[in-house]
Parts: sequence; C-alpha cells; structure tokens
Amino acid sequence: MAGAVSSLSVQHDKAGLLESRQATREAPWVKAAILTVALSFFAIFLLLPLVVVFVEALAQGWETYLTALVEPDALSAVKLTLLAAVISVPLNLVFGVAAAWAITRFDFRGKPLLITLIDLPFSVSPVVAGLIYVLVFSSHGWFGPWLAEHDIKVIFAVPGIVLATIFVTVPFVARELIPLLQAQGREEEEAAVVLGARGWQVFWYVTLPNVRWALLYGVILSNARAMGEFGAVSVVSGHIRGETNTLPLHVEILYNEYNFAAAFAVASLLALLALVTLAVKSWVEWRASQTVAVED
Amino acid sequence: MTRLTRLATATTLLFALAGHALADVTLLNVSYDPTRELYQDFNAAFAKQWKAKTGETVTIKQSHGGSGKQARAVIDGLEADVVTLALGYDVDALNTEAKLIPPTWQKRLPSNSAPYTSTIVFLVRKGNPKAIKDWNDLIKPGVEVVTPNPKTSGGARWNYLAAWGYALKQPGGNDAKAKDFVKNVFQNVKVLDSGARGSLVSFTQRGIGDVLLAWENEAYLATKELGPDKFDIVTPSLSILAEPPVSVVDKVVDKRGTRKVAEAYLQYLYSPEGQEIAAANYYRPRDAKVAAKYADKFSKVKLFTIDQVFGGWTKAQKTHFDDGGVFDQIQVR
Repeated sequence: MAGAVSSLSVQHDKAGLLESRQATREAPWVKAAILTVALSFFAIFLLLPLVVVFVEALAQGWETYLTALVEPDALSAVKLTLLAAVISVPLNLVFGVAAAWAITRFDFRGKPLLITLIDLPFSVSPVVAGLIYVLVFSSHGWFGPWLAEHDIKVIFAVPGIVLATIFVTVPFVARELIPLLQAQGREEEEAAVVLGARGWQVFWYVTLPNVRWALLYGVILSNARAMGEFGAVSVVSGHIRGETNTLPLHVEILYNEYNFAAAFAVASLLALLALVTLAVKSWVEWRASQTVAVED
Repeated sequence: MTRLTRLATATTLLFALAGHALADVTLLNVSYDPTRELYQDFNAAFAKQWKAKTGETVTIKQSHGGSGKQARAVIDGLEADVVTLALGYDVDALNTEAKLIPPTWQKRLPSNSAPYTSTIVFLVRKGNPKAIKDWNDLIKPGVEVVTPNPKTSGGARWNYLAAWGYALKQPGGNDAKAKDFVKNVFQNVKVLDSGARGSLVSFTQRGIGDVLLAWENEAYLATKELGPDKFDIVTPSLSILAEPPVSVVDKVVDKRGTRKVAEAYLQYLYSPEGQEIAAANYYRPRDAKVAAKYADKFSKVKLFTIDQVFGGWTKAQKTHFDDGGVFDQIQVR
C-alpha cells in the first residue's frame, strides 16, 4: 500500500502537469461537470451521513448525549470493543508480517493457496464467517461437547467475538505489506547479508524500516474494521446486554428501543473513530510521501 | 489452534472472575423482541423482592431478538437460565432439538406456562386513511401490509395464524379459502423483517406500508413512545389469543446452580406485582383481579386459541411453517 501511498503524491504532481499544458487541459465545463459529480457524490453519500449522525446524536442536547455514553451497558460495549481490538490487532500484526515475509521471501509449496487464504475474509460474507464459528463451537458443533465438558464458552461469549473479529481483520496487514515487499525486491537485504547482518538484524534494520508506514497503515485499517465489525460479531454474540454487545451491536439495540438519541450518540463514537482513523491515515500517507521524497 | 484455544480459555476465565466479583448471582433471560421494556421493569422489581427475601443480590441479563432465532441460539449453547419466548413451539424446540428441558415443560407453570397473553392488532397511520377495519381490508388492492417473517419471528406466526383463523371462521370458510385469503394478505406485504421490532421500525420510522400487523403490546408501546398523534390502533373483529410461554432451562440452571432463583423469577411473573408490571406494559394479565383493574385498557375482542383452530403448536408449525409447508407454498408467486 505504501506503493499506493507514494504513487498518490506522484499523481498529484502529474495533475498539475496535465493542467499546465494546452493539449492535455480539459475544457472548463468538462472539468466543472466532473468535479460536480464527484464532489456531490461524496457530499451525499459520505459527508451527509456523517453529519446526520452527529446532528441526531446531539438532537436532545449534550446531557442526553453524555448520559448515553456513560450508561453501564454502553461502557461495557466500549470495553468489549476495545478488548476485541486489543487482542485481534497485535495478532494480525504478527501474522501479517510473518505471512507477507513468507510469501515474498521464500518459495514453498502451497504459496498460492496461502495468498488466496489471506484474501478469504474479504470475499466471504461476515455472516458466513460468524456461522462458521457457530458450527464449530456451538453445543452441537465439532468442538461443542468437548468445550461444554471443560466449561469453556466460546460462542455467545467474549472469545467468540474476539475470534470473529480476528477472522474479518486478518487480511489487512498482510495485504498492505505483500505488494511493497514484492516491489522492493531482495537487493537491500542481500546487501545487508553480504555486509554481515544476521536474519533478525536484516529484519530490524533493513526490512522493517522500509515497510513501517505500510505496516502502520495496515494496523490502522485493521483496527478500524475490528471496532466497526457488525455482521460476524452479531452472529456469535448472543446479544446479552452489558456482556456480549460490542459498540455496533449496542447501536442497533438502542435504535430498536426507540432510543434514537442514545443510538446516534454511541454511533457518533464510531464515527469519531472513523475520523481519527482518517486523520492518522492521512498523516501516515504524508509521512510516507515525505520519506519517499527524501529517498528520491 | 491451541494458541487460540488457550487464549479463549484465558479470556473466559478472566471474564468469569470479573462476573463473580460483580454480583452474587446472575440470571440470563433470553427473550423475544417486544419484551425489552417489560423485562426492564420486571427485572428491577424481582431483584428488589429477591434481595428483601433472601439477602442475595441477583442481576438479570437480557438478550432479545426474533423468537425463533433466540431459541436457536439457546440450542447452540447460549446459556439461558430462563427463556421467555413468543410461542410454545420455540420453547418446545429446546426439548426436541437439544433435550435442554423435559417434554412436559408447559405443565410446570399455571396457564400453559404463559403468565401473560396478548393478541394481534393493526397499527395504521393516524386517521386510518386506507379505512382498514378488519382482516378482509388487508387484501384490498393498494393496501401495503408490514409483518415480520413467520420463519424467524414468533409474532409473525401469530399474525399469520390470526389471519388464517379469521378466514376459516367466516361463513362458508374452509382450509382452501383460508389459504387463498392468507396468500392474498402476503401478496400485499412489502417488507418481511426478521423480528417484530424490525417491522415496527420499518413501519414507524421508515414510513413503509399502510398497516402493521403487530402484537397488541407492541402497538400500544409504539403509540406511547412515538406519539399518539401519529398512529391509530385498529382491533379486528376476531383475533388469536397469543400465549407467550416461559420456562426454566433445566440443563443450564442445574449446571450453574441457579434453579432456585430462576424458578422464583418465573413464579414472580404470576404474582400480583408481576401481573401489574405486565399490564402496565400492555400485556394482558392472567390474574383476574389485575385483569379487572386494567379492563378498560384493552379493547374487547373475540379471541380464538391455537388449540381450538390449529390443534396446537406442533401441528400448526408442521402444516404451515416447516420447509415446504403452506407458508412456503403461498410465497411462491
């Protein structure tokens, strides 16, 4: 993705270049039309919902807003959402780096299979992902009887939610790293080895610094998805109030209880998360483009 | 996998410990969609009464959703101490699918284990612009009907059976005519949500449809919450007596050691206090005294029971809602 990150800034220059030349400059009305279409689309489908969330959240004043956020069920939803993210994101970080490293640096049997598998959570509907866990861990599932014997709860409890979250967030880190590692090739690492670096040293001093922005980017996306996931988590949650409801599920419950202001207040937390994600993401992109510029 | 299992174990332990520190005893009540407000009130009252009686602090957790879906979750391992579902068939499934309760569960508590009843009414837009008065108005062209999906929602199954029973009880009514009638009703249905609450939101918030087939309690609650100036409640000439039953889940309470408090919880639903709370939340109470007190709150409507018309839930489910049943047949267009 850092490939895409850096190409974004290059594109920006090209746009200026295109505009500066008579032959490649579009007629003003074409430019206006395309701009209007693109921007109004963004306004209606992206900006408007965001505004609506905050307007509705504050419709009954700050007091209702804050009450909705500090209410015990809401707090427990926040805690659970954070817990799911805190467990799933580091796991994905480790797995993502390992998988990307394995795929780009080693040749082994079944490599295409691994690549396909990494993409699986993108192509499978989250509901199906949830149902898979229900099938495997429910009392009539494969491991159900064993789990019941040992009094371990997986689905309809926190572990199930964490598992479902891990499943849907698996691809993000690996998907960001693979193209970049591929593009960079092995030259720098080979040079390091020639100069006497060991495996870990190569990784820490050569590979990791090269991919750090892509890595961070993958972590951000992974985190956003972990906190926002609805479908898969909904299937395995059991919807016990104050216990197995994550933020998105809590929003749905509040909405179904005519508690519209509260529902949107909690939704605004998720929207804020999205905004923070966007800000950090832009910062990462900017830093990455700076790094590229310096290297160029 | 072992790593994940270990992680799962650790997390479970952590939460088990956290749970113990919070309260002396917890119960999980797995219920259907429209009972949220009822059990919010009832749980608080029961916790207070239990504390006064035994000194024990009881925390009741709630889970709500479409009745069929909730039963499925309990069968799949959701550890419900008690279930309070929309219809007997869903509770029965706990016996037939997973042996979580004995087959005689419905005899354990008074009144078929249904501490409160309800019926099916129509919620229409203010002023009733489409002049919907009775079931046969639902099949008029241009009337848009909203009901949840009978496959997943208990309330929707009551809706369906109420319509069927109405057609059957008309002069010259028979099964073939009833099937045609219900088919025509469902041809006017625009949205099939998975639960009663979803349908209500579709009708009230999203403005879809002219008439919502709803639980009586749900219809009253909606008019109370969203403003009596927006909707009217129409009671049809004939409807079904809906008996939402409750049961302790034996396998769970015996494992968790919560049988005593779980049974007391359900008993309390039958007490005058419990009945008052039910009536205040627009469920028809069983207790004669409480019923008399709230008599003017519920409109008088002729009610038939599922046993009278359909020969009980098991039969009704098999004929109408199982795969390939009548509901599937009329859905084919």
